[in-house]
Amino acid sequence: MEDAFVFAVLTANATVRVATPLILCAMAGLFSERSGIIDIGLEGKMLGAAFIAASVAAVTGSVWLALAAGVALAVCLALLHGFACITHNGNHVVSGVAINILVSGLTVVLGIAWFQRGGQTPGVGPEARFMPLELPLASALADVPLLGTLYSGFLSGHNLLVYTAFFAVFATWWVIYRTRFGLRLRAVGENPHAVDTAGISVAWLRYRAVMICGLLTGIAGTYLAIAQNAGFVRDMSAGQGYIALAAMIFGKWRPVPALGACLMFGLLDAVAIRLQGVVVPGLGEVPVQLIQALPYILTVVLLAGFIGKAVAPKAIGVPYVKEA
Amino acid sequence: MKSVSTLLASAILLTVSTAVSAADLKPAVVFDMGGKFDKSFNQGVNDGVMKFNKETGLKYREFEITNPTQREQAIRKMAQRGSDIILGVGFAQSSAIEKVAKEFPNTKFAIIDGYVVAPNVQSLLFKEHEGSFLVGMLAAMASKSGKVGFIGGMDIPLIRRFACGYEKGAKHVSSKIGVIQNMTGTTPAAWSDPGRGAELTRGQFDQGVDVVYAAAGYTGVGVYQAAKDAGKLAIGVDSNQNYLHPGTMLTSMLKRVDVAAYTTFMEAKNGTWKAGIKVFGLKEGGIDWALDEHNQDLISGDMKAKIEAAKSAIIAGEIKVHDYMSDKSCK
Repeated sequence: MEDAFVFAVLTANATVRVATPLILCAMAGLFSERSGIIDIGLEGKMLGAAFIAASVAAVTGSVWLALAAGVALAVCLALLHGFACITHNGNHVVSGVAINILVSGLTVVLGIAWFQRGGQTPGVGPEARFMPLELPLASALADVPLLGTLYSGFLSGHNLLVYTAFFAVFATWWVIYRTRFGLRLRAVGENPHAVDTAGISVAWLRYRAVMICGLLTGIAGTYLAIAQNAGFVRDMSAGQGYIALAAMIFGKWRPVPALGACLMFGLLDAVAIRLQGVVVPGLGEVPVQLIQALPYILTVVLLAGFIGKAVAPKAIGVPYVKEA
Repeated sequence: MKSVSTLLASAILLTVSTAVSAADLKPAVVFDMGGKFDKSFNQGVNDGVMKFNKETGLKYREFEITNPTQREQAIRKMAQRGSDIILGVGFAQSSAIEKVAKEFPNTKFAIIDGYVVAPNVQSLLFKEHEGSFLVGMLAAMASKSGKVGFIGGMDIPLIRRFACGYEKGAKHVSSKIGVIQNMTGTTPAAWSDPGRGAELTRGQFDQGVDVVYAAAGYTGVGVYQAAKDAGKLAIGVDSNQNYLHPGTMLTSMLKRVDVAAYTTFMEAKNGTWKAGIKVFGLKEGGIDWALDEHNQDLISGDMKAKIEAAKSAIIAGEIKVHDYMSDKSCK
């Protein structure tokens, strides 16, 4: 019993570690898409932020400068996307894909030019990384059965950005559903004409949405580079931006269900890692290939049967042109 | 009669090739996924060709593969541009080398970790199981929990050979020792995914492992980082990786791809190059374990003595290390 509980806590920890960048990106995409801007460029923004954060951390040794630089670059890329899609009514998907491709190449080129390590950044030490934080009394309570294990083993011991990700979900929910800005944001994604008629600038609202999107992807990229890992590697985002996008659609463009979807992806990954090479009673050793396909198989099954229809914001991807 | 003519033909071929190498040799190397700065397998080759360049002053062409479709193109391009010897790095380049070698019968080819039968190809193979056996023994001796871990890169027979040798080595010390194995993936991307490597390692630590051995290219960097973060021990592979995290790097299984790369270029330069198979094991000095100033505090005199004894026993043939590739199983 105790063993199973410890196993559950450890799996939950792994889930949270894997899900953190997904959660941040899903919330980022949610802001953008709720305002009517399709954001397939989450991947690129996260990767760019990871590169800059790792570079700054390696050069200055400061996590805060690294975080600031990562966020700043992601916001710039988001503004670029906004400039193409909002100001010039460009195609959202094309712009997003362009950003992904641009960043994937540019990070490697700059990495080679700056550090001469084949596109990697130098590894950074613990002082320039977000290290696990211990919540108050965690070690003192560790021996208390169940609750103590839960507190010291699961709630405590993550790094700051993990806590930030969960806070971001709450903040997103609050901003979207409980503020005037959120109401307008939702409205501009459904019916921009109505918003315009009410005398509110559609473009400014959407720009603010993509900037928030940039902020959150910047944090996600920083997490990848200097919290989860200790440096930048070519294409280290490894498609997580797309998975986050899928999770957000899974969650029907709502913060809490999107969080659930991210955690599900994280859990599947964590379980897949732990199931490798384990002998399952009755089945024998499960092949690596099957284990690794499991998250995708489950995704298809869930999408086909359990989620139901996901309806996007009505005005998503449609450029807003004021009627003359 | 037939054998005489083949002999004659090969003699002519030999004179032609020596004539070529008398002029400035133009060697080329095609690195594989992971890149020449993977701190491990590709980087070992890079060290070897750089040494060749330093000693001979001869320049070499190089290319780093970033996706699998580039292998054949890159190798063919090197051949078209008149390279005299082309070194392919890694088993995955075997089929590309085999194909291009047929198209350019006068060009020399060498392949590390691959086995290609052709009159102009040298296959450079290693007995990874022997070195993995030694570091498996070390892992078992250093482990306090009685559980040791293995993280492989791509799930292929070659990596299973590392895993099998490691397991046999650990069990050689104590039959009760537990060995947990994980593979990072089933595609070449598994060679360059440190994030996943770190996550797999944490998973193994959660299951009680306290020494982990990675044979996973650049993915290993994540494994060593995770071990350092958790204060547990890790074992490097291919290149000597002890320096990465002194204090938590128990040792490294040396696969002297640098020696292989250097030797094949040198032979081509000196005209002694021959097609066929070259096997590097403990006996040939192509496989070894690393002991230096970064890990000497972790290796006790007793451990060192036992490993050296096992090493001599393997060389003398008294210990036979099972080779996974021989029967595709690790019984």
